[in-house]
Amino acid sequence: MTYEHDIDYGTPAKKTDKAVTVEIDGRTITVPEGTSVMRAAREGGVDIPSLCATDSIKEYGSCRLCLIEVDGVRGTPASCTTPVSEGMSVKTTSDRLTQLRRGIMELYISDHPDDDSPLHDMARLVGLEGNRYGKDGHNHLKTIIDDSNPYFSFDPAKCILCARCVRACEEVQGTFALTIDGRGFDSKIAAGTDQDFLSSDCVSCGACVQACPTDSLFEKRAMEMGKPEKTVITTCAYCGVGCGFKAEVKNDEVVSMMPWKEGQANQGHSCVKGRFAWDYAIHEDRILNPMIRENITDPWQKVGWDEAIDFAAKRLMDIQKEHGRKSIGGITSSRCTNEEVFVVQKLIRAGFKNNNVDTCARVCHSPTGYGLRETLGTSAGTQTFDSVMDTDVMMVIGANPPDAHPVFASQMKRRLREGAKLIVIDPRKTGLVKSPHVKADFHLPLQPGTNVAMINAIAHTVMTEGLMNQDYINERCDTDAFNDWLDFIIQPQNSPEVVSEYTGVNAEDIREAARLYATGGNAAIYYGLGVTEHSQGSTMVIGMANLAMATGNIGRLGVGVNPLRGQNNVQGSCDMGSFPHEFPGYRPVGNDEARGEFEEEWGVDLDPVPGYRIPNMFDAAVDGKYKAMYIQGEDVAQSDPNTHHVEAAMNALDLLIVQDLFLNETARFAHVFFPGTSFLEKNGTFTNAERRISRVRKVMEPVQGMDEWEITCRLGRAMGYDMHYNNASEIMDEIARLTPTFRNVSFDLLDEKGSVQWPCNEKAPEGTPIMHIDGFVRGKGNFILTEYVPTTERSTRKFPLILTTGRILSQYNVGAQTRRTKNNVWHDKDVLDIHPHDAENRGIVDGDMVMIQSRMGETVLEARITENMQPGVVYTTFHMPESGANIITTDNSDWATSCPEYKVTAVEVRQTNRKSDWQEEFDDFSESTRHIAE
Amino acid sequence: MVNTDKAVEVINQYIDIPGGLLECLHGIQSVFGFVPKETIDDIADGFNISRAEVHGVISYYHDFKTSPRGKKVVRICQAEACQSMGSRDLTRRVEEILGVKIDETRVDGAVSLETVYCFGNCALSPNVEIDGKLHARVTSDNFEKLVKGEEA
Ligand code: SF4
Ligand code: SF4
Ligand code: FES
Ligand code: FES
Repeated sequence: MTYEHDIDYGTPAKKTDKAVTVEIDGRTITVPEGTSVMRAAREGGVDIPSLCATDSIKEYGSCRLCLIEVDGVRGTPASCTTPVSEGMSVKTTSDRLTQLRRGIMELYISDHPDDDSPLHDMARLVGLEGNRYGKDGHNHLKTIIDDSNPYFSFDPAKCILCARCVRACEEVQGTFALTIDGRGFDSKIAAGTDQDFLSSDCVSCGACVQACPTDSLFEKRAMEMGKPEKTVITTCAYCGVGCGFKAEVKNDEVVSMMPWKEGQANQGHSCVKGRFAWDYAIHEDRILNPMIRENITDPWQKVGWDEAIDFAAKRLMDIQKEHGRKSIGGITSSRCTNEEVFVVQKLIRAGFKNNNVDTCARVCHSPTGYGLRETLGTSAGTQTFDSVMDTDVMMVIGANPPDAHPVFASQMKRRLREGAKLIVIDPRKTGLVKSPHVKADFHLPLQPGTNVAMINAIAHTVMTEGLMNQDYINERCDTDAFNDWLDFIIQPQNSPEVVSEYTGVNAEDIREAARLYATGGNAAIYYGLGVTEHSQGSTMVIGMANLAMATGNIGRLGVGVNPLRGQNNVQGSCDMGSFPHEFPGYRPVGNDEARGEFEEEWGVDLDPVPGYRIPNMFDAAVDGKYKAMYIQGEDVAQSDPNTHHVEAAMNALDLLIVQDLFLNETARFAHVFFPGTSFLEKNGTFTNAERRISRVRKVMEPVQGMDEWEITCRLGRAMGYDMHYNNASEIMDEIARLTPTFRNVSFDLLDEKGSVQWPCNEKAPEGTPIMHIDGFVRGKGNFILTEYVPTTERSTRKFPLILTTGRILSQYNVGAQTRRTKNNVWHDKDVLDIHPHDAENRGIVDGDMVMIQSRMGETVLEARITENMQPGVVYTTFHMPESGANIITTDNSDWATSCPEYKVTAVEVRQTNRKSDWQEEFDDFSESTRHIAE
Repeated sequence: MVNTDKAVEVINQYIDIPGGLLECLHGIQSVFGFVPKETIDDIADGFNISRAEVHGVISYYHDFKTSPRGKKVVRICQAEACQSMGSRDLTRRVEEILGVKIDETRVDGAVSLETVYCFGNCALSPNVEIDGKLHARVTSDNFEKLVKGEEA
């Protein structure tokens, strides 16, 4: 591994084709025009002392330590702010420079605490010993440390006012939470309006901590644990951005997770979850022993691996004998590695001998797979994240990147500050609509459930006002399909004027936004679960693809249709054959040729008939036809809609095997518990939202004693199907053999490249950053009609409000991980957001407990009054199990993929002073089914 | 209570002017006599910048006050010439005499002590201004008299 040291080049790289050659300390160095002398020197291997410069932010020129001498120039300019010019000759050391540097350092040191800090290293580097001023003068040594943030502290005594933190917060993160307070000697770094960090706008991304050259901002844990001994490059296990991290390790313990500069998805940035909130992985709630029990009301018995696996295998086989081959199945997890997911679906197809495998992606992005495959030919987003830096118009639909995909949001904001235009289509005023220095040109606050009407109205405007790219359509798309679609889309029922009635959005705003999208240059669509989790989720995905094709916005840098994937490995778990009708690589189980290949590799006959989807599994379980499940790292009892039904299904199973880190909500119904491993204990790969396959590397050995893929293989062997691998890399080799789009992928390639984006095969040996460049994967782009069918879930007199759901920055999905970290200081309960008008009508004041009732059930949350909501729409997150948000969501779902309609539920809200019945029962039942015998 | 509607009115006059933030802050100050904390969110929102940035600007310019001024306003020069003539020591003494720290207003609201960087009267340093009247060559002794004299 060659990734040991991140070199700091001092100033950002310049992108230009023009090269300039200079001489620095006698070395000839060629760099792009506009590069600073500092960067040129460091690229050429010549170091120059510096304090206020770092290559993630623009040069600043305040510390004056980086002085140089330039031939023919008087004085000693700062190398960070001096650009190279052709033929320039530079000296970085001389007696004069040394004297000057020592003088500067001496001033800093005289106002700096004595305990060793990086500033003393710099002092030694410039050859400074002692200081003539002493520490008795007017100084800042007695300032107070700000400990408010749970993960890092700020000690102003060590601060040299280089403003690297302020600039990192602005330029890298885009939050603008810090400032320099005052001027002259009295100036200091302040968070917010001179508040503490925790009460300021700080989102705890860590960029400032990383940028600080003096440990004035420092990580608490790292300060306690001391210097790490080694570094392991790995990939974050939270969201679909898939940031690369350097796990800094000491005595097999993680000291800190540093964002990896060469990580292509994050380029050295991070968010609070990946950077700080990883310690759920070492939380005491983790279960480290396999456990079994006869009945779910019995206490758990801790047993050895062999006993647990034999118990599970025997029961699975008995159930199959009694109830038939198809009476068992399983669910794979988007939180697990590709390799782990692959072996689970292999166990089900080859060991259980049926196709009853599905994945949690069912409940989030299955419409993406369907919609993009039917139109473009590939079940994945079209771009790299970096592509956004070439985008002129961003259209963000049903996604809230600052909360859900924070690192990518920072990149979007960077581009927006450079002047890109922004259209946000979302019922809520999300963080992207308006934040410091970013403001949407159009925010279309539509009624939840009317996405398709909206996208049709936009396409209608494009086609009727002649804003399409006809050449592109003629050249790249299926003409018949296009003409059919054209006839449909120009019909008056799709006009903004008609559609504005259901969407509640002004027709002229829709038209203006459409014009901007079609004519503003490179236009890119980014979308999230606000698109997919609807009864017309797939239709909407198709609608966006239609629009992008019609305007020629697919197949190059800066454009595209981009799903923002929720979980770290949603893309991967789908790629790995987690759907009941598809093998890995999206090859249909009914296709004889594909099935033949798998049969040959796996040495068994495979079932050509698709198996159950998750909702069918639950229905069949309630009907008594489906008896046993193996659930890998997914908490269906909390995350799936209509909790009552899910719980009934779980209760009806004869055998439930749960493999997870924690005794989650689903495990309350389980008979076998296989303890899983955290990402710190895994070798494997994750695939992020841009199809990027990145390595996950072991920082420590599995604490429960077994790799997760090995658990699955052993279960297979105990059932008589021989599955065996020596390591995760062998699993990837098998994936590559069986999956045309992965043909060239191997751990060796990933170690060499850092990461690659599939397709990665004979045609694209190093992967494919941008899809559909020379034409669509399916051949001709396919336009499909997208008629708007309103959801049956509509507000009525009894349920006059529409509830929609989402998440916030500090917590992650069902919260199983983040709830077990200090992130709870930002969010320790789910609340119901409600518009002041709706609250007032119901006599609700901020902080009241309110009962939320839908057709399906009721639950109680605290109310928060906010104008971010539009009247008639209420909103909650679903991070806490006791909130029971899914008690009230309905069992409506996407017509094509059964993805549940989480985003639209008609409800009524009223004040209350008690928990709902479900919440009361939940408390009791939680207690009684979690008991472990000692 | 600060009338934030009034503040928003002022803010709206300046948001479209380049560099309007400084003028806006002056505008707010002339309405309220200082820049009330309660207006910062609206200013940030109006100019679409962060609260920290607003705070940075307010704290950079000594002209902007963040609390109502006292009945009596004493301003002491802290720039080079006055400093070299002992304005720092003078400031410490004045703080003691008045019972208020520099750049603060006494809790009873009777007096504010403010920093100034150069009155343009360097030849006669150190300089102190009391309620708009400039006094040159001030020492701690004659300061006490000046303050008392005016109070009497
Ligand atoms: S942690 Fe991030 S958001 Fe908070 S102050 Fe630092 S850079 Fe800004
Ligand atoms: S806290 Fe660190 S980064 Fe920020 S100004 Fe002080 S020394 Fe520089
Ligand atoms: S590094 Fe160049 S002036 Fe600070
Ligand atoms: S320095 Fe005080 S008046 Fe000029």
